[in-house]
Amino acid sequence: MISRFLITLAVFVGLWGALTALAPIPAYMLPTPQAVANALWTQRADLAANTLVTLTEILLGLGLGTLLGAGAALCIAAAPFLQRWLMPLLVISQAIPVFALAPLLVLWLGFGMASKVALAVLIIFFPVTANCLDGLRRTEPGWLDLAHTMNARHLRILFQLRLPAALPAFASGLRVATAIAPIGAVLGEWVGASSGLGYVMINANARIQTPLMFAALVILALLAIGLYMLVDRALRRILYWVPER
Amino acid sequence: MRLPSQAEQHLAPPGLRLENLSLTYAGVLIFEALNLTLEARQFSVLLGPSGVGKTSLLRIIAGLEAPASGQVTASDGAPLAGRIAYMAQQDLLLPWASARGNVMLGDKLRGKRPDRAKADDLLAQVGLRARARALPAQLSGGERQRVALARTLYEDRPVVLMDEPFSALDAITRARIQDLAARLLAGRTVFLITHDPLEACRLGHSLAVLAGSPAVLAPPITVPGHPPRPADDESLLHLQGELLRRLAGTIPA
Repeated sequence: MISRFLITLAVFVGLWGALTALAPIPAYMLPTPQAVANALWTQRADLAANTLVTLTEILLGLGLGTLLGAGAALCIAAAPFLQRWLMPLLVISQAIPVFALAPLLVLWLGFGMASKVALAVLIIFFPVTANCLDGLRRTEPGWLDLAHTMNARHLRILFQLRLPAALPAFASGLRVATAIAPIGAVLGEWVGASSGLGYVMINANARIQTPLMFAALVILALLAIGLYMLVDRALRRILYWVPER
Repeated sequence: MRLPSQAEQHLAPPGLRLENLSLTYAGVLIFEALNLTLEARQFSVLLGPSGVGKTSLLRIIAGLEAPASGQVTASDGAPLAGRIAYMAQQDLLLPWASARGNVMLGDKLRGKRPDRAKADDLLAQVGLRARARALPAQLSGGERQRVALARTLYEDRPVVLMDEPFSALDAITRARIQDLAARLLAGRTVFLITHDPLEACRLGHSLAVLAGSPAVLAPPITVPGHPPRPADDESLLHLQGELLRRLAGTIPA
């Protein structure tokens, strides 16, 4: 997995280098890999500090969004009448583009981390809830029959049968959430922030420091990939009974 | 005179009376005015081709489905709810729980403290004591059904309903688990559904054939001797042939 990733990366960087060397593209539009590597090295302290900010926002958003999403799904599963009230809200939260909400959230919650975490939560919430709910609804009917003949309690069925049975679906939701959580954080930093990788990008862009912008992008990409691989590995370990596909 | 306590009444296996049961499914009459008496402490077997409504009948007795009309009562007059264990066609083991965890499922779902010693004892009785910690995916089809049997026994209910639980197993494995089930379930009121005449002849004290559309119940046949009967018993082979003929006669060629 790691070696395949490194090979892909090397091929990509090679093509990029060849493109900058052979095609007449101005450096302010597409810098050479060397220039980006140089920016990464010379600005490493600054980049590291901003990376930490963005990473914190992503992790907080992911944690909070997952908790809220799974909680909402559980509530709906435990009390189905809630669905009629909550589902429209959930769909509205997805229908309104997060891009449109970003300035408002920054206005309300300030330039700090809160607005970025809120955006990440907004983006994550729906896929987690929808997947989790789907899993909770698709319990093997035979298990529910069996539970019925065993005089099972309603909440026990939820926590002993339906919840574990929904975990693979919940894991799919969490994987999607992990992949899109950085969008929320970076979007918030674009709209208004004083630190973070998105802030670095928007500043570098305004000053035509294209290599620095690319450096921030590279870090963001690595961050997203690393986080996804970590979550994926953890989920596989937790869901030990799910056959590998 | 002392009346039996509630607990004793709960444990003594009652007979079952199916009275005037009718069932329609999607507007189609599956069976009508079905009457059958299941003797207490005996294996009653219902034999019939697929799709005749055997499973629905069992689900009605288990309280999982409501009949269009008619009722199921216990011979002792007490309600049936809570006195029935159900063993389905699939083993229905939870893939994330160990064999032992699956056996103790009932207590976990009722919010009671699971009895590990009892579960291990039952696993030993079905020959799987050493596999107590194995996940269902690590067990063979026969082993999984044996765990399901142990889970059924853990419930310790006087009435046991079985819906073709051995139909997916190979012949040898099936014969072994039939012996095991006959031995371990002896003394309870058991109602077994099957489409296998040999299984019916080996396990039943009495056999009833359900066939046709809408399905009609033929008068039950009482089988001499005690289950599990050897598969090469001559009178059993004779009866099996007879049952096959009856079943075949009900299905258009």
